[in-house]
Amino acid sequence: MYKYDDYDHAIVQARVAQFRGQTERYLAGVLSDDEFRPLRLQNGLYIQRHGPMLRLAVPYGLLSAAQLRRFADIARRYDRGYGHFTTRHNLQLNWVKLPEVPAILAELAQDELHAIQTSGNCIRNVTTDHFAGVAADEIADPRPWAEILRQWSTFNPEFAYLPRKFKVAISGAAEDRAAIQVHDLGLQVARSDAGEIGFKVYAGGGLGRTPLLGQVVREFLPWQHLLSYTEALLRVFNRHGRRDNAFKARIKILVKALGREEFARQVEEEWAHLQSGPSTLTQAEVDRVSRQFAAPAYETLAADDLCHLAHLREDKAFARWVERNVQTHRVAGYAAVTLSLKKPGAAPGDASSEQMEAAADLAERYSFGEIRVSHEQNLILADVPQRELYTVWHRAKAACLAAPTVGLIQDLITCPGGDFCGLANARSLPIAAAIQERFEDLDYQHDIGEFELNISGCMNSCGHHHLGAIGILGVDKNGEEWYQVTLGGRQGNDARIGEVIGRSFAAAEVPDAIERLIGVYLAHRHADERFIDTFDRIGEEPFRNAAYPQPHQSRRVANG
Amino acid sequence: MAKKQIIKERRLQDDAWKVVTLVDGAAPFDVCLPVGPLLVPVAVWKAKKACLIHREYEHGTPLGIWLAPEDDLAEIAADLDDFTVIAVHFPKFTDGRGYSTARLLRERYGYDGELRAFGDIGRDQIFFLNRVGFDAFVIGEGKSAEDALAAFDDFPESYQGNAVQPLPLFRRRVA
Repeated sequence: MYKYDDYDHAIVQARVAQFRGQTERYLAGVLSDDEFRPLRLQNGLYIQRHGPMLRLAVPYGLLSAAQLRRFADIARRYDRGYGHFTTRHNLQLNWVKLPEVPAILAELAQDELHAIQTSGNCIRNVTTDHFAGVAADEIADPRPWAEILRQWSTFNPEFAYLPRKFKVAISGAAEDRAAIQVHDLGLQVARSDAGEIGFKVYAGGGLGRTPLLGQVVREFLPWQHLLSYTEALLRVFNRHGRRDNAFKARIKILVKALGREEFARQVEEEWAHLQSGPSTLTQAEVDRVSRQFAAPAYETLAADDLCHLAHLREDKAFARWVERNVQTHRVAGYAAVTLSLKKPGAAPGDASSEQMEAAADLAERYSFGEIRVSHEQNLILADVPQRELYTVWHRAKAACLAAPTVGLIQDLITCPGGDFCGLANARSLPIAAAIQERFEDLDYQHDIGEFELNISGCMNSCGHHHLGAIGILGVDKNGEEWYQVTLGGRQGNDARIGEVIGRSFAAAEVPDAIERLIGVYLAHRHADERFIDTFDRIGEEPFRNAAYPQPHQSRRVANG
Repeated sequence: MAKKQIIKERRLQDDAWKVVTLVDGAAPFDVCLPVGPLLVPVAVWKAKKACLIHREYEHGTPLGIWLAPEDDLAEIAADLDDFTVIAVHFPKFTDGRGYSTARLLRERYGYDGELRAFGDIGRDQIFFLNRVGFDAFVIGEGKSAEDALAAFDDFPESYQGNAVQPLPLFRRRVA
């Protein structure tokens, strides 16, 4: 992974000092609330229900074991011994104290960690595919490009006060696992006919109040121009994005208002002036950064480890875990393991300090000391030898990281919701818990199969509810919490925004409603059809009818 | 009354420039021009260009203009040589359009005279303002100009090329 040099260290250290000064001036009354707010947000610090929430950056989702241990230590000493991994790879601490934040940042900096631009109207953490570098369908590793973008966007003086936040995602694989079409800027690594690396550029995607998929504004951008083109695009946004209404200020509104072609034309016009300028990338820089993401020293292994095969035959529970939580690897004899942060009774994406340390241990012993955070809010060990899977499984189980439910209904995506977040209209965690409880039975979950259920506590859509096969959105009706259900959303290459099926449900009705929807799928599915496939084939109506039964119909008994 | 002060060359200096504003509904041509060096809005510049140039020619009063965040630079691009000072207004420090304005003036239009930032700016904006090309800063009311002087060195290095160091870090760190 990328290792800081003296420049990187100096910049992060300077940030620690700068933020310490800002915090001191705020506490001394020199800075007003309004003056301090944008400054603290650009350092990931919110004032929330329980006090400040601090969002720590995990650039493109990659952590060393030492960094994860540092998170664990910070969470234990400055918070309540746990943190929440978000859909944008970051870690949120919910109970920090404002005067202690500078000290936290100083400790983080020792391990090349920070909270730079994790909130605020600036360029946010760049996200990518959690299987980057190991996926069999990879065109090129997206991480060097993500790191180059990280540096370019860090304290970029022109873009510190944008109309609204700006999120970038990059995918280097044939299948998009980074949700690039729902980002302000989505980059798909591609190769030209001549074999040169470049990017297909999507702009104007996003969820929130106005969910929109990104539009292709450039079919192929040669890699040399990644920064100058991005600069041009951001400049058009910075100058012409709406600033009169925060709900209309994202770039998607500008792209929509101008139309794809006109927006793209304006970017090209701006870019024409920047194209051959000093921000044109050099081969030397790309090589310097790429070297740091070179493949680890893999052993030469057989494609199938005999012991592993024996364990698969003999241990059904292990086989189930492998089926769901272990992904194939481009290198023979290796696998990528998902450590699940989803289980009934714990908020999805939450990890205790002990779990973080256990994951760090596993990474150190079995996966070259690195770990990734997925946007589905799980942790990934990307390079585990097959022969170690059985041991890894046992150790992960001991740390409650081995729920064999990756990609199933229990692996749901959830924002922290009204229990923690000051923006939320409704709580999302109790809904997530009620659903996880309802579908706790493993056989039932496996029978339902691949399923994406996403929950957001408000229109800001941090839980990506629009992208769930079933999406749940918390809404406020006269001070009461209600939940709107969307159907048919999906992420990936065929990303689609789910559609609302009808009136909202009270919290207590939600698990029943979800179960009725799943009942329609179970009754209509063809062999090998996922929920989303059946939905595409039979359409929304049977689902809608089942979601709102007539009063005389009795409901199915839970877990049948 | 204390003299108006401005940060230039990293120190506080007296400043004689006056900002002319156009009250709502007033015709740009009817604006009364006070004595001394003036920063006029774009509309006044366009309406009274001949008069302003005459002031400079006859009385040696230097010319200046100030730009609002939404002003179109193309409208004054041909006139940039006329100005001793171009000022960019920040009605709120969170309105970042002026940062792009500065880069465009410096890099696209080649303006090399004084470029000043004024309005709701203070020490927490100075570093970025300086990097995009501002070299003069009128600190907003109620904020400390002395404090702002300390902010030029908030960061020892920038990843991006900028007005202070045109080459991005990656062109310098790779030997």
